[in-house]
Amino acid sequence: MRSHVFRPLWIALGLLALFLTARALYVPGDFGVHRGDYTYGWYRTGNEDDWKAVQVKHKGKDYCAGCHHENYAKIAASKHSRIQCENCHGPARDHPMDPPKLAVDRERDLCLRCHADLPYRPKVYTGLPGGPIPMKMQNPEVHNPGLPCVTCHSVHTAGWK
Amino acid sequence: MMNWSRRHFLKNSAKALAAAAVPAAAYELLTPEILAAVRKGKGPRWAWVIDATKCVGCGMCVQACKRENEIPWETTASRTWVERYVVTTDGRVLIDSPNAARDGYTKNNPMGEQVPAEQIAKGFFVPKVCNHCENPPCVQVCPVGASHVTDEGVVLVDRSWCIGCGYCLQACPFGTRFFHPVHKTAEKCTFCYHRITKGMNPACVDACAFGVRKWGDIRDPNSEVSRIVRTERVTVLKEEYGTKPHAFYIGLDRIVR
Repeated sequence: MRSHVFRPLWIALGLLALFLTARALYVPGDFGVHRGDYTYGWYRTGNEDDWKAVQVKHKGKDYCAGCHHENYAKIAASKHSRIQCENCHGPARDHPMDPPKLAVDRERDLCLRCHADLPYRPKVYTGLPGGPIPMKMQNPEVHNPGLPCVTCHSVHTAGWK
Repeated sequence: MMNWSRRHFLKNSAKALAAAAVPAAAYELLTPEILAAVRKGKGPRWAWVIDATKCVGCGMCVQACKRENEIPWETTASRTWVERYVVTTDGRVLIDSPNAARDGYTKNNPMGEQVPAEQIAKGFFVPKVCNHCENPPCVQVCPVGASHVTDEGVVLVDRSWCIGCGYCLQACPFGTRFFHPVHKTAEKCTFCYHRITKGMNPACVDACAFGVRKWGDIRDPNSEVSRIVRTERVTVLKEEYGTKPHAFYIGLDRIVR
């Protein structure tokens, strides 16, 4: 057969070889169909390890208890016992190394997230082992407007200062 | 022509009945759940239980999620959010979620409107999250294999593989997917995969002081979520889409979308 018949064939084969080589180099070995499920199992398995490797920033109050035992015990005995330290102090990350100091949110708005008297906010708190209690709620426009709540209230004991 | 005796008729009727019963029994044995179990293997299958009746709209879950998963604070993007529903006495429905409720609800201003308490028929808060569906359409539509489901039923996105085409954002019936403002790839709730694989709770579960959010292994009949789904009145969002959502809600109103 004449060469003008074969020439496009060589080009096609060359392009195919190029595509297969490029794919072999670019696509990771763990990419493919897993669990025999093309619809939901076509992916790179290494991605699960990528997500597992994300840094844990919120360590939980037991981590805080290691050093701040006094405040840990105080809040644990209060009606705020289910509130994590990191809700108001921010994520611990690698505190005390990084960051060396945690900010404290003393804004009125922080308390109002739960204690503002909205007409459609549940009136009963069921989060405590001792049973349901009424939610303490205030109308922020009437109850000492402009004054930080921590002027009179203690967050760690959920009582007066 | 065949000569049908009574004996012959009864015998053949019995045979036909037995034959008809076999496919029905075979069908029962192969429920989608069993097929799914075969496909996904054994081990835990994580699911949410969200008790909307307890939610006060403090938004601590959203705050914790955004900080834990580094979703830029100053954007409205969020993996979880809390919606406020207010129904007025004249039948209007006001739904909002300013900044995904990152700062909680501190004022009675649904949709920026001052609604007097006496004009409110009912109102409530609904936390929203990825439903980690059994048949996630967002994974199915991904043209490059960047979205996938783990053995535990967690729907994840491979940031290094996502091309940012946005099909999955449109495919999710719950609107839980968005573009990450920094990585420029599809982003979604990972069930805090880095925490749950270390035996911790997802960040939003820890942050909730009201016990609204629970999570656990739906395959384990003794887990709390299994017990609630089995014995209490739960529902899922948009069941008609057939995605089999795995976020089970307690106390959802029919206006919740």
